Amino acid sequence: MIRHIRERRWCRRPMPFCKRQNRRAAALLLAPSLAGVAVFYLLPFAEVLRRSFTDAMGRRFVGLTNYQTVLNNDAFRLAAANTAKFVGICIPLLLALSLILALLVRATGPQRGKGFRSLFLLPMVIPVASIVLLWKVLFADSGLMNTALGAAGIPPIDFMGSDAAFWILIVTYLWKNSGYDMILWIAGLDRIPAAQYEAAAVDGANAWQMFRAITWPGLRPTLGITALLSLINSFKVFREAYLVAGAYPHPSMYLLQHLFNNWFLNLELGRITAAAILVVLALLACGSIGLAVRRFQRRNQP
Amino acid sequence: MKRCHLPCILILFLLSLFTLWVLWFMAMGALTPEDELIATIGPALQGEEHSATWCLLPSWPTLQPMAELLLDTPIFFTMFWNGCKLVFPQVLGQLVVAAPAAWAFSKLPFPGRKILYAIYLLLMVLPFQITMVPNYLVLDNLGLMDTSLAVILPGIFSAFPVLIMKKGFDAIPDVLLDAAALDGAGPLRSFAAIGLPLGFPGILSALLLDGIEAWNAIEQPMMFLRDRADWPLSLYLSDVTVEGLGLAMAASLILLAPPPLLFAAGQKYLERGIGLSVSTGENV
Repeated sequence: MIRHIRERRWCRRPMPFCKRQNRRAAALLLAPSLAGVAVFYLLPFAEVLRRSFTDAMGRRFVGLTNYQTVLNNDAFRLAAANTAKFVGICIPLLLALSLILALLVRATGPQRGKGFRSLFLLPMVIPVASIVLLWKVLFADSGLMNTALGAAGIPPIDFMGSDAAFWILIVTYLWKNSGYDMILWIAGLDRIPAAQYEAAAVDGANAWQMFRAITWPGLRPTLGITALLSLINSFKVFREAYLVAGAYPHPSMYLLQHLFNNWFLNLELGRITAAAILVVLALLACGSIGLAVRRFQRRNQP
Repeated sequence: MKRCHLPCILILFLLSLFTLWVLWFMAMGALTPEDELIATIGPALQGEEHSATWCLLPSWPTLQPMAELLLDTPIFFTMFWNGCKLVFPQVLGQLVVAAPAAWAFSKLPFPGRKILYAIYLLLMVLPFQITMVPNYLVLDNLGLMDTSLAVILPGIFSAFPVLIMKKGFDAIPDVLLDAAALDGAGPLRSFAAIGLPLGFPGILSALLLDGIEAWNAIEQPMMFLRDRADWPLSLYLSDVTVEGLGLAMAASLILLAPPPLLFAAGQKYLERGIGLSVSTGENV
């Protein structure tokens, strides 16, 4: 998780004094952030937890009723399944695609690589609002995609009203985030010492053998953080989905974010708090599984 | 590694074709007169029978929609201002709040450091739709709903910049702090004299990433500002119809412009900042 750091001596005074000095400085520097985080996130989360066990008015204790309602709710099940499917498909795809991009960009040399880096990062900074108009023009029933398909003799596809909607969301995500992940991979690749490749080349290793034996193991530490940042960014596709298709899109792209939005606007505080707690628990579970896997791997490594 | 010039460049070029087309589409769309837009891409928005078409170049390029947007559309400026009023306080606040906290996480030992870091990490991962509920409870209690503070305050205390800046500070070698200690600097002095200047790329890139994020924010203003008069520019295009298609295309291009310009100016920092998250060898 976080690296251990040693107690630093700022002066020749005895160690306990230095320790106190470090703690006092840390408290002072952390105080504003911690106060804000407590007021805007931690304390209200406690209230969310409390409310998830009470009725809609937040007065009467109702036990696990809210959780039962949520888990039996068809919309919640659909949204949770879609979100899990989305994350499960798009993150491996994105990691693979962006790694290929990173390797290609590095192989073209520093100057040309720079131009391509900007070009692939650009979709990340294009505002959602600008993309939305484009998406509508591309994927509407009589939009440009169907015009192109028609010219190729393929019958038109109802992009926004069929399962294709889900895949459009995936492609949007890949398009927007491949540049960001590519930069992460490039930073990871730069950390691998060139001497290792030179030694392998002397031994007559081919490109694939080098990738298997040097590049991939060297990228292990990069993989975790890249996957984490990809997960965070995957929650943001909701913006495009919402602005293109509204609060109730085709069921194949009805995500947890849609559900929370709709419950929030209907002020269903009992349900929404229980659902929020469930999502936090699910994320915590994923996090601890990830940590356990890494600990296991590290133990089995020399 | 072996260099493969031509095939690699070709593949990369093919992969970036779509992005290039998008930029072309936006730029040309803003120069196309409205009646031509309605005749070509209009059907896509109206749901008409005949299908939309698109031409590489407008037949009569014009700056008229752009001029109309910039000169005769006061709402556009109001929303632009609203956006600025939300973004700049947020980014400044993050600088004041997140940088010291990041320094504490990166360089100072204190009890509870591990658990606090884990909490920040979890907060960073949570999507807005989850934190929206607790945020709402507090904002409602403090009577801040429907004021710009409802968007700004939760943004200032977001965990993301703290963690990115911490990664930036991690890259500062400990030897420098030892040297500072020898010269008689305390932990606070060393933050001001070493952390801020040397951690500057990390700080700047965190603020850049978050500034772009805030400028593009859709959910926060939509949920916490119920009065449409307070909405920022990111929500200007939320309901495009065929009337005003020319304006919408012009607005798309103008909306598109600031982030890439900012990005071009700060690309070095942005890339370094993104890269920083992996460059210190510490997992997550």
